[in-house]
Amino acid sequence: MIGERSIAFGLGVVVLLSALAVVDAQHRSRALFVELQALEAEAAELETEWGRLQLEQSTWATHGRIERIAREELDMRLPEFDSAEIVVLP
Amino acid sequence: MTRKHTQWIQPGRRRFVLGACGLLAGALGARAVDLQLLRSDFLRNQARVRHVRSVPLSAHRGMFLDRNGEPLAISTPVWSIWGDPGPLLAARELWPTLASALDMPLERLAERVTAAAGREFIWLRRRLTPSATERVLDLGVPGVGRRREYRRYYPTAEVSGHVLGFTGIDDQGREGLELAYDDWLQGHPGRKRVVIDRLGRRISDLELIREAVPGRDLTLSIDRRMQYLAYRELKATVQHHGATSGSMVILDVHTGEILAMVNQPAFNPNDGRDRASADLRNRAVTDSFEPGSTMKTFTIAAALESGQYQPETSVFTAPGTLRVGGHTISDYRDLGELDVGGILRKSSNVGASRVALSLEQHELWRLFSRCGVGESTGSGFPGEAGGKLLPAGSWSQVETATMAFGYGMAVTPLQLARAYAAIAADGVLPEVTFHKGGRPDAGERVMSRETAQAVRHMLESAVAPGGTGVRAAVPGYRVAGKTGTAHMAAAGGYAADRYRALFAGFAPASEPRLAAVVVIDEPQGEEFYGGQVAAPLFARVIGGSLRLLDIRPDGLEVPDEQRLRTAGGAT
Repeated sequence: MIGERSIAFGLGVVVLLSALAVVDAQHRSRALFVELQALEAEAAELETEWGRLQLEQSTWATHGRIERIAREELDMRLPEFDSAEIVVLP
Repeated sequence: MTRKHTQWIQPGRRRFVLGACGLLAGALGARAVDLQLLRSDFLRNQARVRHVRSVPLSAHRGMFLDRNGEPLAISTPVWSIWGDPGPLLAARELWPTLASALDMPLERLAERVTAAAGREFIWLRRRLTPSATERVLDLGVPGVGRRREYRRYYPTAEVSGHVLGFTGIDDQGREGLELAYDDWLQGHPGRKRVVIDRLGRRISDLELIREAVPGRDLTLSIDRRMQYLAYRELKATVQHHGATSGSMVILDVHTGEILAMVNQPAFNPNDGRDRASADLRNRAVTDSFEPGSTMKTFTIAAALESGQYQPETSVFTAPGTLRVGGHTISDYRDLGELDVGGILRKSSNVGASRVALSLEQHELWRLFSRCGVGESTGSGFPGEAGGKLLPAGSWSQVETATMAFGYGMAVTPLQLARAYAAIAADGVLPEVTFHKGGRPDAGERVMSRETAQAVRHMLESAVAPGGTGVRAAVPGYRVAGKTGTAHMAAAGGYAADRYRALFAGFAPASEPRLAAVVVIDEPQGEEFYGGQVAAPLFARVIGGSLRLLDIRPDGLEVPDEQRLRTAGGAT
């Protein structure tokens, strides 16, 4: 009689603990999901930023722009062939 | 006390209260049974319909890179705004602010949302800038969200517009290499199932239905620097001579890689409205024309291949005209007696015709067709023209004579460049390709090494002083090539005053690396010969390219050799 009772009590305690564990797991899963969403949003933002920077870089690096700056602002020009010196690597 | 109370409460009242409570409990129980057991499937289903959505996971399209890894086409993420008509219809009072944030007229927004009533998803505005997206979302209108999409961007804009083509609104290739390699480049969007709340916010993820697979990158044979140089010079030439259009192609003679391919007029693939169909054509591949004198190179090659002619064999071109089957073929003046090389150097129509007529019947046809005339190059470019070459048996005397100097057939600039690459590569016709690396072993021998080398020497003298192509010369390098000035075909014959200026050649002549073709349609004004219009453009672009590729000058005269210093050696 006593044995059965204590088993039932023991099981009740276990059920209670498992119920609490479920609550805890649920809570942690929600917290992690919120974190996941935040990170996903951050990843998306970073990807957008990366794309923007790529565009910016390739816009600045357009050959036409570089050539214009070299010619107009820096007064650079291609040397005549006769004034060039050719160095041959051994 | 207790008894007194018990007596005070009448039995009828007690039963009534108990009965009411029992009824309530019974009603609750029945309802619970109804919801949980009888209608549970239906309700569960309804909940799923309302709160479970499958949302796409976007996958970006692969990049085009040039041979040095520089980007030619990039897919950058942008945001598109979507709406759920249900909650949107319930919040009509917010429409004016939403419309202004979306930068669209209120009526159009209203029309779109009302038309889509009953659906769960519509695009409100696609491909917005990040800041505009922010403004829309900050309004907090229920049922409005953003979704990631990609926009294609071409850093080189119109410089490589024809080669790359462009994509449609849903990222599928529409023209050019974007179309040709669509399967390779395309990303495959994934899907996942999520739970959303009443306002469309995601609450939890349920399952991944399909993973998103991004597209693969493709490294092209194009050299971005050479492409820019060729484009800039071609544009300047076309403008300077008031020409209607022009093309230039540069090939690696051994691998068949297309290093540069430009056309005028051009379009900007970044601008969706810039889509006049005539400007979209990649003329270097899709347009074929009569190559004129540039074809004499192959007539001479056929003559040498036949064994009937040696480079020093004399051909009489006096008096500068030749009658064949009732037609007169003429030179620009009486060139007298020429050797075989002289025909190329002076570009004699009479000489080329005489040589062609003296060959065996199929000899000329065989060499032309081996060199790829009238046959698609297999580059895989959408809309590539095959050109035209009459079948072997059907050539009359007149046709043979005129084909010897490039009339009565049609080639594309790419075909012509490939045929010249065969002469540059000791007689091996390369397999042209837009891929980096190419297939150097795929080339096919179309003439003997000796013939190719002999023709190379003749073409070099055509660019030397006294030749028609002298303006194609590049200081410090040995260049070989042939000019061409073809009358444009018009209704019922040839237009007397409309020309096509051509130059085809390669460099450095001692050990060729680059073959190029320049075509300028209808140059206006005093200068219209290939040697005046196309050859200088060839010299500027090839000269610059040789320098960009660090190819050692092979044309230094002996005193100049002293200028070649060995790095680290004595000065």
